[in-house]
Amino acid sequence: MKLLLQIWRSSLGKKYVMALTGGALLLFVLGHMAGNLQFFLPPTYINAYGHFLQTTPELLWPSRIGLLAMVGLHISAAISLTVANRAARPTRYAGAISSQGATLAARTMIWSGLVVASFIVYHLLHYTLTLPQVNGYQVFTGQSMDFDGLVEPKTGYHDIFAMIVLGFRIPVVSGFYLLSVGLLSIHLGHGVASMFQSLGLRSHVWWPRIATSARVLSVVIFLGYAAIPVSVLLGRGSDYVNDVRTSGKSVHLSPSSLSPSK
Amino acid sequence: MKVQLKVWRQKNRNSPGKFVTYDSPDLNPNMSFLEMLDVVNESLASKSEDPIAFDHDCREGICGTCSLVIDGKPHGPHKGVATCQTYMRSFKEGDQIVIEPFRARAFPLVKDLVVDRKAFDRIQQKGGFISVRTGSAPDANSIPVPKENADLAMDAAQCIGCGACVAACKNASAMLFVSAKVSHLGLLPQGQPERHRRVKAMVDQMDEEGFGACTVTGSCEAVCPKSISLDFIARMNRDYLVALAKGDPKKPAAGGA
Amino acid sequence: MATLNSNVPSGPLDTKWENHKFNSKLINPANKRKYRIIVVGAGLAGASAAATLAELGYEVQNFVFHDSPRRAHSVAAQGGINAAKNYQNDGDSVHRLFYDTIKGGDFRSREANVHRLAEVSVQIIDQCAAQGVPFAREYGGLLDNRSFGGAQVSRTFYARGQTGQQLLLGAYSALSRNVANGGVKLHTHSEMLDLVVVDGQAKGIMVRNLQTGELTRHTADAVVLATGGYGNVFNLSTYARGSNTTAIWRAYRRGACFGNPCFTQIHPTCIPVSGDYQSKLTLMSESLRNDGRIWAPAKVGDKRPPGEIPEGERDYFLERMYGAFGNLAPRDVASRAAKTVCDEGRGVGATGLGVYLDFAESIKRLGDEKIRERYGNLFSMYHEITDEDAYKAPMRIYPAVHYTMGGLWVDYNLMSNLPGLFVLGEANFSDHGANRLGASALMQGLSDGYFVLPSTISNYLATQAPAKRPPVSHAVFSEVETDVRNRIQRYIDGKGKRTPGSYHKELGKIMWEYCGMARNRPSLEKALGLLGNLREEYRSNLHVSGEAAEWNQSLESAGRVEDFIELGELMCRDALEREESCGGHFREEFQYTKDDPEVRSGLVNPGDVKRDDARFAHVAAWEFAGPDRPPVRNQEELKYEEVKMSTRSYK
Repeated sequence: MKLLLQIWRSSLGKKYVMALTGGALLLFVLGHMAGNLQFFLPPTYINAYGHFLQTTPELLWPSRIGLLAMVGLHISAAISLTVANRAARPTRYAGAISSQGATLAARTMIWSGLVVASFIVYHLLHYTLTLPQVNGYQVFTGQSMDFDGLVEPKTGYHDIFAMIVLGFRIPVVSGFYLLSVGLLSIHLGHGVASMFQSLGLRSHVWWPRIATSARVLSVVIFLGYAAIPVSVLLGRGSDYVNDVRTSGKSVHLSPSSLSPSK
Repeated sequence: MKVQLKVWRQKNRNSPGKFVTYDSPDLNPNMSFLEMLDVVNESLASKSEDPIAFDHDCREGICGTCSLVIDGKPHGPHKGVATCQTYMRSFKEGDQIVIEPFRARAFPLVKDLVVDRKAFDRIQQKGGFISVRTGSAPDANSIPVPKENADLAMDAAQCIGCGACVAACKNASAMLFVSAKVSHLGLLPQGQPERHRRVKAMVDQMDEEGFGACTVTGSCEAVCPKSISLDFIARMNRDYLVALAKGDPKKPAAGGA
Repeated sequence: MATLNSNVPSGPLDTKWENHKFNSKLINPANKRKYRIIVVGAGLAGASAAATLAELGYEVQNFVFHDSPRRAHSVAAQGGINAAKNYQNDGDSVHRLFYDTIKGGDFRSREANVHRLAEVSVQIIDQCAAQGVPFAREYGGLLDNRSFGGAQVSRTFYARGQTGQQLLLGAYSALSRNVANGGVKLHTHSEMLDLVVVDGQAKGIMVRNLQTGELTRHTADAVVLATGGYGNVFNLSTYARGSNTTAIWRAYRRGACFGNPCFTQIHPTCIPVSGDYQSKLTLMSESLRNDGRIWAPAKVGDKRPPGEIPEGERDYFLERMYGAFGNLAPRDVASRAAKTVCDEGRGVGATGLGVYLDFAESIKRLGDEKIRERYGNLFSMYHEITDEDAYKAPMRIYPAVHYTMGGLWVDYNLMSNLPGLFVLGEANFSDHGANRLGASALMQGLSDGYFVLPSTISNYLATQAPAKRPPVSHAVFSEVETDVRNRIQRYIDGKGKRTPGSYHKELGKIMWEYCGMARNRPSLEKALGLLGNLREEYRSNLHVSGEAAEWNQSLESAGRVEDFIELGELMCRDALEREESCGGHFREEFQYTKDDPEVRSGLVNPGDVKRDDARFAHVAAWEFAGPDRPPVRNQEELKYEEVKMSTRSYK
């Protein structure tokens, strides 16, 4: 307990917290991406994957609680460091501040982080809690849409595939998603390398490798996530969702009601 | 050449400060930045105005006394040099140059462009040394040091303690300074016995002084007149982690002869 | 008349220090903490002394005018530190270091002090390595050495081009440790403005806090001054702008004798002056002379760029004049040769005050990379300052004031003629005679602070009852405080036209012109006249901005510049009275000419310094006799028991 307090009270200790929770979240981001990419397989794969997760609470709930804890720690350490950092520079400079070697990503971690955090909240409401109020259908089509009721006809599993397609057909939703994933990628481009720095895993030999790998990884993550809404907007799955059922009732969405799906 | 200066003037810590604009007398491009301020001060004094207070001493980039944030950059436009090694040829005729003090809560202002950097001394006093009494040292060659470690230790040891790292960091963090000290001694065999005690004590004092944390932006490294590397911060992070994990040493049993 | 007893112990030279330590009085550990010692300055000498005295158990009060003790100008020493370790197996020994130093000082230093310095040098390296000073090393992990500044053996230990910085940080770390454990009380931003002498003994100081302007009294059982040299009397020098003579000058005015004030070292390899605004001369490390060749055009008035002057029309004058040492001739010799060349009209650069230091041949022989590795930082420094690339064209260099061998007179115990006042490092006159060898200043500062003073101070303290120092309420403290206050008030009230800075410039020009690298009777007499007028004008036409009770850099300079003007007069007087040439003191009337037998036998060149051992084998120790009376010149005869004074030859 004393050790934990020591860690939390010291600036370096909080950086360890940032790095370790950041590392755990990175693993989640990668795993989540791998799961999502099943979207490019026939719909049954991702639906089966979703079904497996939903019916395995002994895996699901610890993961959820763990992730929540990671996010909570990551954010609270970030906020408390930011408050201390602001306090350390009470008067700002008036002179034209050049970036002085700092990248935009490095200087805006707290903002990219906060936008991503707010996105996560939305994302959970949108796809996990599937609140119809946030999926944008009412606003953009005048129709209501309940993702919860989407069921794959063959198996009776929750139709994740259809949910993804329907969700991302709303351009604003896709836009916010792309923006957030972009910011996440920028956040990670700096954050992953910093994680090694904060934990002291760096030397003049390894730093260039770490920094480059972090940048490559962040681009991969961006592409992996962005591929889904982009492909939906380009038309993937539009035939499939033309006759998915929700809560036993057929849903028919006129193609014209939603651009750019055809 | 002539330039216009926009200088932070503040009588003392407790009175409010403001920018004041001065037109420089005619300057020679080969003047150092501080010589330019000397010339401006002479002209102010001849008009019975209070000269601009600024810190300086060796004027060859090694004592770490000079400070100044010039157009938003500590130690002026060039990489790897201190303000005293900045020359007027780096500026153009008619430029407006904004000159400010180092800004950090842990470096309270004294007057105009002068700040108090004693926080660095207090950090040093917590552990920036090897406890060796005068006269007790073994022959210098009885402790071989691998050349690459000695060279790396020297890279860290050449820190001049100017505080530009703090001034440049958006968080006013002193990590580069502290890590240079910690790494210099931690890289040498002589520094091993106190290695973890040292890093713990110095980092804790750094936090105590109110410096911010590192967000790995690299600004400190970019403005450091000795180009000290961020690698040393990683090294300090690692040592501190080990120090935390080891915990405080066991108190020796009481008693004695 | 002051009594000058050198207190050199008897016995053979190489056992004097051992015997002296044995015969020195000891102080009971329980009593040590009852003695308070004031140490002024925290450069190599001050910081090492403060730390070591605290380790011994004394109560130490350390005063520095900087914001931190780590700023002292020892930090700027580039080249290295000598020690007679003989790690290179090239024939070095304590005796050889001793002999080189005595000879380098042109036989004007005290034999016993120099021998002790050479003995202690060995321990200094051990101490610094143990503190974590990152000296340069070889691949085997052992310490590297280089040859430096006129030595024919490799005995110089170094840490890149920043040896002074690293040694200072070592001493500073020792000091910090003792501040943390309560042994040393550190007073920063605290400038000593006067010495308090009670019943003929130094018992305290008056201090002004530079941040607040507050004056405070400090009492102690002994006072140690380690406040550095006074080369800024020339205004332009390689010293830090803040380096000043005030502490030792005010001690002089309170009765401490000033030894050999005219002995100044002019360093040959500095970047030439470029204009009137200049505040500082930058030294290029002497190590450059290991691979650079110094030359000037052979023809007078040859203004071609260096690249266009063919080999046959270049004069490598040091190689020509001093075959055995060539470009590595000692500093005074090399500086004067450069001046001679420029006086002949063969100087280079816009001002004609410069000679070339050329690396073309070394670059051809060793390659760009090797030169970059050895001197990269110096070349880039040169580029920053001059905007010229020394890889492509030769550097221009010219001599500049670099060190003062003179300083307060001290005996073998480093105590001045005022009992209780000790003086260390460059602030004393003791070990370098008339010229200091390269890499010897760091050695002396650390020797004095780590090893000599801590052993010798007990001889004085043992004569003082513990805890019997005068209280700060003592009448003498009040008198001294009144003096200091009056002086400050006089500056603040000055409603003249000129700033301290402008006087400093004028003083510098007078000193450089008439009491610089070469001096003669008429020039010195002229200087004395000019300085007298300058001093008078300073009293009546000074302008100081601001108030006393605040951070006031103008007021700080006012006091320092006045002290410099007075010191300048003393230096000229000393140079005038010393009717010989020796080391850095070159009286044009006293030089070898082509008719001298030493020149004909090839021992020396015409124009080399000519000593007069019969009349001047002594230390001139000047004693203050009152503000309006000429100072008294005392003499300490130099007795050489081991070494024979001989003509210094570097041919």
